[in-house]
Amino acid sequence: MKCADEFRSRDLAEVLLQALSAVPNSDRKIRIMEVCGTHTNAIFRHGLRSLLPKNIELISGPGCPVCVTPAGHVDAFIAAARLDGVIIATFGDLIRVPGSSGSLAQAREQGARVEIVYSPMDGLQLAQAETDQIVVFPAVGFETTAPTIAATILETERLGLNNFCVISAGKVMPPPLELLMADPDLNIDGLLCPGHVSAIIGADAYKPLAEKYNISCAVAGFEPADIVSGLLSLTRQICDDTARVDNCYTRVVTESGNQRAQQLVNEVFTIEDTEWRGLGIIPGSGLGLRDGYKKYDAFARLDLHVEPAPEPKGCKCGDILKGRLLPPACPLYGKRCTPLQPIGPCMVSSEGTCAAYYRYWE
Amino acid sequence: MCLAIPMKVIEVRGDAGDPLMPQIAVVDADGISIDVRLDLTDRPAAPGDYLIVHAGFAIHTLSEEDALINLQLFKEMAEGVRKLDNQAGGSS
Repeated sequence: MKCADEFRSRDLAEVLLQALSAVPNSDRKIRIMEVCGTHTNAIFRHGLRSLLPKNIELISGPGCPVCVTPAGHVDAFIAAARLDGVIIATFGDLIRVPGSSGSLAQAREQGARVEIVYSPMDGLQLAQAETDQIVVFPAVGFETTAPTIAATILETERLGLNNFCVISAGKVMPPPLELLMADPDLNIDGLLCPGHVSAIIGADAYKPLAEKYNISCAVAGFEPADIVSGLLSLTRQICDDTARVDNCYTRVVTESGNQRAQQLVNEVFTIEDTEWRGLGIIPGSGLGLRDGYKKYDAFARLDLHVEPAPEPKGCKCGDILKGRLLPPACPLYGKRCTPLQPIGPCMVSSEGTCAAYYRYWE
Repeated sequence: MCLAIPMKVIEVRGDAGDPLMPQIAVVDADGISIDVRLDLTDRPAAPGDYLIVHAGFAIHTLSEEDALINLQLFKEMAEGVRKLDNQAGGSS
């Protein structure tokens, strides 16, 4: 793409940053939550925090799928890994996440088969190659990942394969955002909405939030110009005292999203209540398999259960995911909890707020 | 997790109308060709188009023109503030 570099170019980001500083009436304190872990990381990586006007405060939200997966779920993944005849095929950032005792990585060291895959379809290929094993895919992720899981399950069905199943742990973003926006203590003025979740659900999905909670919303991509344009849109809205949804990522996001992906998700999954680390059980925020696809449910197939599990002692991931605390305020941060020896999930995932702070914070 | 770089379609294989031959695009990712599933694309992809890829699946098809329109939007946003600032008597 000839113009791809322009989104990354210093010139364009600088023009947008100048505009950001020049927004009329913008000297008030502005609190913006960047929902997506990839945004958190990109903002640090491009050094944008130090370039923003001082009155703009960025708070990281719950948009790291591994981080919001509760310890009890991780325990179930590990329990599945320890079963004979089971291979866990997982996204890489999950394997070091600690459950209440140990992680998938530790289970692997002790002899369990845990394979890192790039796509759920790679898990299905593994099942095709090893027909005497059951391949279990921990289906962690948000709206962007859910359609890839749905398509993989439909492909499993088409192939008539009976040794591939998933632990359904998918989540949808609007309900936790609603919970956070309703929290008067958080006092968020604007939401920088996730780029690729929005590619699926569409920019209009945030309209109810903007209207009900008077929250300014902007959907943004991940390059410097994308992020700064999102912040510019939010600052303008906030200083004009308006709350609408601006789409600053028009090359990827439409108002109504990717209908085909939505159809596949609706075909395979149904909305249910689910637990989020730090946020508790949120009604209507989880994706469970529909009755017609229950045979791909690893819980039923392998007789697994999610048991309540305590969070690691002293870990503040819950408050960090809610935007109530910044990582350096956690007593474990940078001392007992580092990317090499993580205690909480926010330090494990490359999308995690603690990992981003640890890597980039001065 | 969310790779933002659009990947260029070199070739499309399979048949959208035949479930036994799922469509796959061969894309160029920094000089390496990789196969991407097209089950989820909102718009059919052809050689020369670009794909946003997530976990081995294309989740969106875009063209060079879509990207140029997006760049134009940014420029207009910056220009909009400059005009407002001038009206308000700002110096920058």
